Amino acid sequence: MYTKDGENYFIVDAHIALWDARPENIKNLQGQQFIDCFYDYHANLSPESEVWPKEEYLYQGGERLMKDLFTDGYVDHAIFQPAQLGEFYNNGFGQTEEAFALTQANSDKLTYNHNFDPRNGEAGLDQLRADAERFGLKGVKLYTAEWHGDSRGWKLDDPMAYKYFELCRELGITNIHIHKGPTIRPLDRDAFDVADVDHVATDFTDLNFIIEHVGLPRLEDFCWIATQEPNVHGGLAVAMPFIHTRPRYFAQIMGELMYWIGEDRIQFSSDYALWTPRWLIEQFVDFQIPDDMTEYAPLTTEAKKKVLGLNAAKMYDIEVPAELRLPDADEPETGPRQPDAADLGQMASV
Amino acid sequence: MTLTVTRHTYADAVREALGAVFDPELDEPITDLGFVRTVEVGKDGDVEVHLRLPTSFCSPNFAYLMASDSKDVLTALPWTRSVVVRLDDHHDSEIINHGLATDAGYKGTFRHEAEDSLDELRRTFQVKAHTAAMERCLTGLLRSSPDLAETALADVVLDDLPDGLEKDSLLRRRSTLGLGNHDAAPVMVDEHGVGYEPDQVPMALRRARSTRISIDGNAHFCRGLLRTRYPGSGDDQTRRVDGEEPADAAYAPGHDGTFIPLSTLATHSNKEHSR
Repeated sequence: MYTKDGENYFIVDAHIALWDARPENIKNLQGQQFIDCFYDYHANLSPESEVWPKEEYLYQGGERLMKDLFTDGYVDHAIFQPAQLGEFYNNGFGQTEEAFALTQANSDKLTYNHNFDPRNGEAGLDQLRADAERFGLKGVKLYTAEWHGDSRGWKLDDPMAYKYFELCRELGITNIHIHKGPTIRPLDRDAFDVADVDHVATDFTDLNFIIEHVGLPRLEDFCWIATQEPNVHGGLAVAMPFIHTRPRYFAQIMGELMYWIGEDRIQFSSDYALWTPRWLIEQFVDFQIPDDMTEYAPLTTEAKKKVLGLNAAKMYDIEVPAELRLPDADEPETGPRQPDAADLGQMASV
Repeated sequence: MTLTVTRHTYADAVREALGAVFDPELDEPITDLGFVRTVEVGKDGDVEVHLRLPTSFCSPNFAYLMASDSKDVLTALPWTRSVVVRLDDHHDSEIINHGLATDAGYKGTFRHEAEDSLDELRRTFQVKAHTAAMERCLTGLLRSSPDLAETALADVVLDDLPDGLEKDSLLRRRSTLGLGNHDAAPVMVDEHGVGYEPDQVPMALRRARSTRISIDGNAHFCRGLLRTRYPGSGDDQTRRVDGEEPADAAYAPGHDGTFIPLSTLATHSNKEHSR
């Protein structure tokens, strides 16, 4: 819970990880490059006071995670969204056993989502059944740029992927978190192409598709698909930290999201351990669209409360104190949510 | 006109030639982005160029395009002999560098992962670049003309746009797509030159705006990541005004520290009404 100016914010960090990129777990050059890339993201976008030494960044462990999120970070509930990266790390990148044990010990605070890879075929379907039962899965995290033998990426509308989504439906795994690319296959097309999201969202209307990084670096493609599909949501992983170094860009991202998909379908996350939640939450509560960006309506306190926790809590049936709940906005299911906020000349002065 | 003889070094000539190579995604020359790491010219015209990118995981198709375009423009210089272009520190450096060294082409380089060609990919981003340039011009026009209705943008023609960098940039992108640049050509068009009905304009402009925001945001983020990854590389980057923020003043060479967002041209009366 975060409290500021008499307002209480229930916080759900909807995308966290417990990873291990220490040298003994790194399998090859790509594993080294992957964590180096993450660290550059961290170093580039964090306030100076929040930058960790590289050694601390490689692995945090459960105790540190609990402190960063719940003791220091105002978080009420957090959701693991593990990346497998079995081609880069000996024991995988996301630490399944450790994260699940931590979840069992703190079931009021943590939810464990797992992952699957449709390239594992029929055997993978059996594994998903077993995982759903063991972990009590409500959601999965899918990384379409995962390397797998000769294949360096997959698409959500691959026929085998459809079998997995059908099984998700059967098992009650309703929340499908998707991290797009850079997907190498097919190499001819844009690695961040989100067209496949459109297909699965249309064919599986009873599943929620949460597109992490709100489709960045293709915000425009994401917004256009999400505005047409009521079951597509936006996760703010990686978008959040722009609030510090690039606040105008962050304002534009939020403005576009509010316009195209509305305040009920955006979820906060720190993307821990890429960044820590404390400073992101503090800055977000204080944040406002700059005065000169007249094309966007201001962010309301209600919208901030929904983004910071209520939206994800609703999707995951996480108990929220009654006095902190808010009703859905009176917005259309598809199409622009704030057509009247489109300013610039005539529109604004009507 | 006096004939001016400029004393170029060969290395300068190489960098100048590389200025014609664009990052397709960010719509900027690789030389402005700081992607050219080193240039070496041996006697007899042997050239070796090393490229660097903001992360090891930048899309390999774009990486390949920039590297192979680089090799092409350098090979085309009349005085170069052997041309070696190497991409450093990328997860596919080995594959791409081998493909370049053996002139294997796109399909020969990526084998089963390449289907046909990267022409469609290139085109996708040329279309986005045009969309963004068009939005910049039209939003600028709206902001400087408070009485202009958004729907009236459907009738705006090239001649209505004020001269300047933004119009030049739009004209270049139109030419790339094969759109005519005569004065009476409508501005608000799709990639095929097809215009919009007035009532379609507000939504189409909003979409175009999200494209512009995406490109500007990525261009600055990628620049920042390159500076983080390769300390000192900021010295090789030129200022990008589109999407600039106050924090960029610390990096842009020649930046005088002032920051004037385009949108301050907006009339404040509009804002009162919209809130």
